[in-house]
Amino acid sequence: MRIFDPHAHMTSRTTDDYEAMYASGVRALVEPAFWLGQPRTYVGSFIDYFNSLLGWERFRSGQFGIRHHCTIGLNPKEANDENLARELIDILPRFLAKDGVVAVGEIGFDAMTAAEEWALREQLKLAVEFELPVLVHTPHRDKAHGTRRTIELVLESGIEPGMVVIDHNNELTVKDVLDSGCWAGFSIYPGTKMDEYRMVRVAEEHGLERVLVNSACDWGVSDPLKVRKTADKMAEAGFSEDDIDRLVWRNPVEFFGQSNRLILDDIESPDLSATYEGSGVLRGERA
Amino acid sequence: MKNLSEALEARATPEGLEWLREAQAAVAADPTALRTKFPMVGRKVGRGTLEEGADPADVHAWTVDDAARVLLLQAAGAGAEAELADLYRFGDAAERRGVLRALPFLDIGDRGLGLVDDAIRTNDTRLIAAALGPYATEHLSDAQYDQAIIKCVFVGVPITPLDGLPERVTPDASRMLAAFVLERVTAGRDLPAEVWTVIDKYPPAEEIAAIEATLNSPYEDRRAAAERALSYRSQQV
Repeated sequence: MRIFDPHAHMTSRTTDDYEAMYASGVRALVEPAFWLGQPRTYVGSFIDYFNSLLGWERFRSGQFGIRHHCTIGLNPKEANDENLARELIDILPRFLAKDGVVAVGEIGFDAMTAAEEWALREQLKLAVEFELPVLVHTPHRDKAHGTRRTIELVLESGIEPGMVVIDHNNELTVKDVLDSGCWAGFSIYPGTKMDEYRMVRVAEEHGLERVLVNSACDWGVSDPLKVRKTADKMAEAGFSEDDIDRLVWRNPVEFFGQSNRLILDDIESPDLSATYEGSGVLRGERA
Repeated sequence: MKNLSEALEARATPEGLEWLREAQAAVAADPTALRTKFPMVGRKVGRGTLEEGADPADVHAWTVDDAARVLLLQAAGAGAEAELADLYRFGDAAERRGVLRALPFLDIGDRGLGLVDDAIRTNDTRLIAAALGPYATEHLSDAQYDQAIIKCVFVGVPITPLDGLPERVTPDASRMLAAFVLERVTAGRDLPAEVWTVIDKYPPAEEIAAIEATLNSPYEDRRAAAERALSYRSQQV
């Protein structure tokens, strides 16, 4: 089984996770820029973070045979530091021009503030300018209302809805999102946002068109193997191999392929001898 | 790398070359255009190896985008230097590699040395390899070059293709690599055979005696590692 995890914060994960993901079938992923659990207070902290997504993390992932892409953007939580947000929006174009940057994101709402709305609108404009898809985060609190407001702003911005994935959906938001023409993302989490059993029901009810599933694994309680676990539950429920391939590979390739920046040529198996004898991720061998 | 343009013409598509010609004209007219053109090179001109049949996993091998980025920087003329540090700072790994590859082609004296230092400090093997071209051979101090060789061996960058070898090898480099072999032998582990070309430029008696003494170690894994290390040595002579 080939898997493309369209949302995984690998910077927070270990090399064991990379090995297990590869073993589960993951060959490509997208790491959205997000917050780090504690707010950044300097624009330089974002620059270093973006550079690590484009440099070190891509290299690290490649050591395990997984092609790494990222999204670049100002997340909603940190959009509330208004001076910092303005400084950051000014430097985003430099990063949005790069290979392997396959969307603007994660952007969206957290607490539904005016500052968050401003940052969302500005970044939707940048997405249009750079002809990039958009990855939108929906709030954990007041989710249904936040999701509807997000859809309104997306449609107002003039971006093609098919260029937008609205993420972290549940049973109560999916219909609005799919009806809008946007893609619907589902983060399969241990016990919270959405689990693999519920996801099977969503897929049965709404089909697979414009649907993405991801692990959204990060520094919190999360599981980088959730895409595979969802695929396995779908197989048990009677979905065909082709359906599953569509959901976990062809759909994310189609969505992020709209950036023309996916790098999926010559995906190779990891060279384990290189990994253990000469790799840049080998602990204890560092200068 | 005799002629980058010719090599590139053999490997890039007509559309890619046409894009590059336009980009070269744009940066010649306004070097700040590098800020948008430089990141686009990979998807416009290509990312494969510059030499047909070269191993894409070889960190020393030039790529099509490396060559195109060098030509783009050259096209910016004297205006390239003012853009260089920010192209590197805001560059992804491929862009940084392009900047590093370009250093010996630009008229910047030793003012690119800070970028070479930065790249050697990373753990990204492609950046380390790209930093150690002819520019590093010309400008790094002996102590810096010694450390760079050791770093390569440490992170798995093959040293035989390094531009500065064997000329830049010092007695210190020979001693440090011999000590590294001893450390590995004591752990029952190996280093690549090629380290002996550096060690045997100025063979350090003390470290080599210690490696040879390990042939009589009471521990089987150490004896075996010492045998392997010394057999690598005889292969290199």
